[in-house]
Amino acid sequence: MTRSRFRLDTDVLARVAGAASIVILLAVVEILLRTGMLNVYVMPLPSAVLGSFGRLFMEEHLLRRFLLTFAEALAAGLLVAVVGVAVGAALYRWKLLRAAIETWVAAFAAAPLVLAYPLFMVIFGRSALTIIMLGFLAGIAPVILKTVEGLAGVRPTLLNVGRAFKLNGRALFWKVQFPAAVPTIFVGIRLSLIFSLINVVGLEFLINFGGLGQLINELAEQYDLPGTFAAICFVVIVSVVFFVAVERLERWLRPT
Amino acid sequence: MKSGAVAKAALAAEPSGSPTSALAIQNLSMRFETSEGPVTAVDDMSFDVPVGSFVSLIGPSGCGKSTVFNIVGGLLTGHAGSVRVGAETVAGPHRAIGMVFQEESTFPWRTVIDNVAFPLEISGIGRDERHEQARHFINMVGLHGFERRYPSELSGGMRQRVAIARTLAFQPSILLMDEPFAALDEQTRLLLGDKILQIQQDLKQTTMLITHNITEAVQLSDRIVVMTYRPGKVKRIIDVDLPRPRTSEVITSTAFGAYVAEVWNDLREEASRGMADAESASQMRPSRRS
Ligand SMILES: Nc1ncnc2c1ncn2[C@@H]1O[C@H](COP(=O)(O)OP(=O)(O)OP(=O)(O)O)[C@@H](O)[C@H]1O
Ligand SMILES: [Mg+2]
Repeated sequence: MTRSRFRLDTDVLARVAGAASIVILLAVVEILLRTGMLNVYVMPLPSAVLGSFGRLFMEEHLLRRFLLTFAEALAAGLLVAVVGVAVGAALYRWKLLRAAIETWVAAFAAAPLVLAYPLFMVIFGRSALTIIMLGFLAGIAPVILKTVEGLAGVRPTLLNVGRAFKLNGRALFWKVQFPAAVPTIFVGIRLSLIFSLINVVGLEFLINFGGLGQLINELAEQYDLPGTFAAICFVVIVSVVFFVAVERLERWLRPT
Repeated sequence: MKSGAVAKAALAAEPSGSPTSALAIQNLSMRFETSEGPVTAVDDMSFDVPVGSFVSLIGPSGCGKSTVFNIVGGLLTGHAGSVRVGAETVAGPHRAIGMVFQEESTFPWRTVIDNVAFPLEISGIGRDERHEQARHFINMVGLHGFERRYPSELSGGMRQRVAIARTLAFQPSILLMDEPFAALDEQTRLLLGDKILQIQQDLKQTTMLITHNITEAVQLSDRIVVMTYRPGKVKRIIDVDLPRPRTSEVITSTAFGAYVAEVWNDLREEASRGMADAESASQMRPSRRS
């Protein structure tokens, strides 16, 4: 039990240190701005950014926008996970398909897909659907690639254990191969979520529709620097929430 | 002592007369195509594993033991000759055979109890029932109290015991083990050997153990099949006539020493051939490992 207490202590310590370093960084920026070493017209005062939170909540429906962005990102993320794992499994299963398109998928990951937004607008309209679809497509590649890698990388001995127990093909996949690949698949899901989230917010900004991205766009156009930075902080919060959720999910699926 | 009585009772219940073979290996050969041409890993091997007996297959590293293991377990095909379980010829994994692998084989995403219950889960047994059965096998390998741990929280020897318990839970009539103790220190190996002996005597479990450890082979076996190095052939079959039930104490007896010497005599030649082979290979290709 001493071990778990020790773990708890280091955990708390790490969190306190993490929070403290952010506070210190903000304090340093505040001092640099107040002493005139940084220009207040380029960088708002951290205290002003904090101060604008209230205004954003009251006047700009911050909570509603936050939830909208969150919902869009969640929808894109779920699509990415479900479709990505399925496509990855299909690529693994059919070697010809894999040989034919794996390189394309990898190349796809590098494409600045967000620039194709007019096409999406034509198809889905200036709507949340456009944002979700683009977020989904922009994020899909890592999950596919990591799913293929994870399934292909399962130790042959583990598969042999299943075969020796006379598992049929389906059971071998669901009871052995897939669970063995889960950690690798989650590496892909985490990467994919980053891509999806960036694209969701980026597109909101670009087409001036939806949640936090649109808010950032509007505030930036009004030269409301503290407000802009405050809205960006909320984007960061969305991503933090996502990562904690994914981590929880992974721990639930695979406890160690 | 109690387990010994159980084993004797089971022995008496066995039909007397000529012992039937649980496993019959006949003229088994296996060739691999490699980038350096074909390699004969197993060459014309024949031996029997009688019902209820413990047979060890011993030979130097690389002599083809795991190849035999995989063929008998039905995981490797393309061989010549035949492997029969009772009256059936093995073609693919057989329900009667349970395998314990040389490499780490526990499922890291399952707790000890869910690892052991795995074969029961596959055959559709309900959760409570399979956990109860799994607990029985966990106790048998001495892991009581570790049911909720994950393999990553156990030592190598404990993980190997989980793998053994999992295979026992499959309730195979023939237990096949490929160097299950290879990665363990000598003391643990002896104690685990005791466990295996006890289990084998309790369950009257027909067992084929693959090993390169002479003491282990003599300590556990009724019969030892000594293999030659490259190609793997049967060099000699030694019937071990030490009293049963045995424990690891048997290794202090003189008869034990005599058997060890006998096996070592046969193996020395093969082992040194293996070493010479490895050395010349490393001199010829200093940068490559084969
Ligand atoms: N899939 C394979 N392809 C080509 N050669 C193989 C293959 N599997 C085994 N071999 C060769 O067959 C020979 C016997 O291998 P095997 O794994 O059966 O040895 P082993 O007796 O189990 O050795 P160890 O005690 O080190 O486990 C070796 O020379 C090995 O290189
Ligand atoms: Mg081997």
